[in-house]
Amino acid sequence: MSYVPHTKEDIQEMLKVIGVSSIDELFGDIPPALRPKSFNIPPGKSEFEVTKHLHRLATKNATNLINFVGAGFYDHFIPAAVDAIVNRPEFYTAYTPYQPECSQGWLQAIYEYQTIICELTGLDVSNASLYDGGTALYEALMMAIRLTGRNKIIMDSGVNLIYRTMLYTYTSNLSIEFVEIPIEHGKSSRSDFSKHLDDKTAAVIIQNPNFFGVVDDYSDVVEQVHKFGALAIASVYPVSLGMLKSPGEMGFDIATGEGQSLGIPLSFGGPYLGFMSAKKGLVRQMPGRIVGQTVDSQGKRAFVLTLQTREQHIRREKATSNICSNEALCALRAVVFAALLGRDGLKELAQLNYQKSEYAKNVLSRVSSVQVKKSSSTFNEFTVLLPRDADDVVHRMIEKGFACGFPLGRFYKGMDNYLLVAVTEKRTKEQINSFVDALEAVL
Amino acid sequence: MNIPENLLYTKDHEWARVEGKTAYVGITDYAQGSLGDITFVDLPKVGKALKQADPAAVVESVKAASDVYSPFSGTVLSVNPELASHPELVNKSCYEKGFFFVIQLDNEQEKAKLMDNNAYQVYLEGLSK
Repeated sequence: MSYVPHTKEDIQEMLKVIGVSSIDELFGDIPPALRPKSFNIPPGKSEFEVTKHLHRLATKNATNLINFVGAGFYDHFIPAAVDAIVNRPEFYTAYTPYQPECSQGWLQAIYEYQTIICELTGLDVSNASLYDGGTALYEALMMAIRLTGRNKIIMDSGVNLIYRTMLYTYTSNLSIEFVEIPIEHGKSSRSDFSKHLDDKTAAVIIQNPNFFGVVDDYSDVVEQVHKFGALAIASVYPVSLGMLKSPGEMGFDIATGEGQSLGIPLSFGGPYLGFMSAKKGLVRQMPGRIVGQTVDSQGKRAFVLTLQTREQHIRREKATSNICSNEALCALRAVVFAALLGRDGLKELAQLNYQKSEYAKNVLSRVSSVQVKKSSSTFNEFTVLLPRDADDVVHRMIEKGFACGFPLGRFYKGMDNYLLVAVTEKRTKEQINSFVDALEAVL
Repeated sequence: MNIPENLLYTKDHEWARVEGKTAYVGITDYAQGSLGDITFVDLPKVGKALKQADPAAVVESVKAASDVYSPFSGTVLSVNPELASHPELVNKSCYEKGFFFVIQLDNEQEKAKLMDNNAYQVYLEGLSK
């Protein structure tokens, strides 16, 4: 198609064919009061001017800070091969794989992605991906409501506030009762789960590692949840699954999470990748696309979009969900990243994150005015208590060349002096040491 | 087209075999033929109260999903346990092994709203014109 805008002559010719004399007459059905007063679009610019303008905006960012911020999105290394493979036009320009006979490559890639998600989470079936971790969690919640016919949700306050806000927003017009379990010593209180569990509960939602980076084995909670006929949903950090007990091993029914840490750049908050996997028996209530493996008429292996009767293009108002797309290119990045690292590489990646974070805790503990919270085990992120307002410390640390962490007061009342620090495999021993020195200096 | 005599029929192609105060319910030969290979049947919960013509079950074939409506008002007494692992029974034996559920009738007068085999035959011929 040509991207040439219409000339005055083009417009006149089109109006003539339609049988009206002017653009105003064409839009005559829309009352003037309802028409936009103006589109408020500035005049066009040349390519050179646009490039210069965007460059000027880009240089406003501090791009060379050493990053210790996590809070759900992490600064991991991405091998160059990820971009090289994902940028192949066969992948990069392809459209929705609705015709399996011409989309075998894409379908296989998504099938491999699903396999990796199942292996990481320890569950049976995965969909082709969702928009992001929060959307995936909302879809899991709705799955639980459909499967149980109940409407009470018990949620760990250690679930990222961004996700909790998304769940409340998405469900604001539905009659769903939410109960939030308070945090004690960095994790949600076990006795509170028992207190609120009943036969009205559709699901319990737990994040592991939770927002404070704290990890735990929730098998006991899951067992209780199942006694009441409810479902257990885990929101997880995929890199941590290289070493932690998986949701499947703990008995969770559904696992969701943010896949950004699998080869996707932070890029100002998106596009990211939501993943979801579940026990096999729940597959018909799973939202979105699912790629399946089958054989063609000659018995050769082939891939298809399977169980499409769940989807809205077939079931319309009775579809399991109105999600009609997946985050294919981001899912491809994830599968390429995981395949490049391999099973051992993913284990090593998780161990590096854990060990470097433990090292940072130890060095920080030597600073007398800083209190490192050590009551619970953490993966690659932990909480420190500072002698002053954390937001203020963050600003001072930027001048020293560090993005030093996430001030917890932004998400949790009464935690203004708490800072959440993340340490990925990209942080060197030298960087961690100079980070601690800089922190000591600004305090 | 197989349309047994001893059954009652609906315009949505469900059949009912009334036995005293209960009825077996399934979909007709015409329905299974139109759907093609059936891959899944979602059955109602035992104990569910239904009104006549309420959606009671869902039948899925390779490319479509259709609701199955209850021919009678009443309570679901039992469902066909075989369909979970063998949905193809609906294609192979729609009036016998492929039945969907058994319902306890609230009101036998509702029979009057259903067709006998002859009326259903005429109804089908009207559809194909």
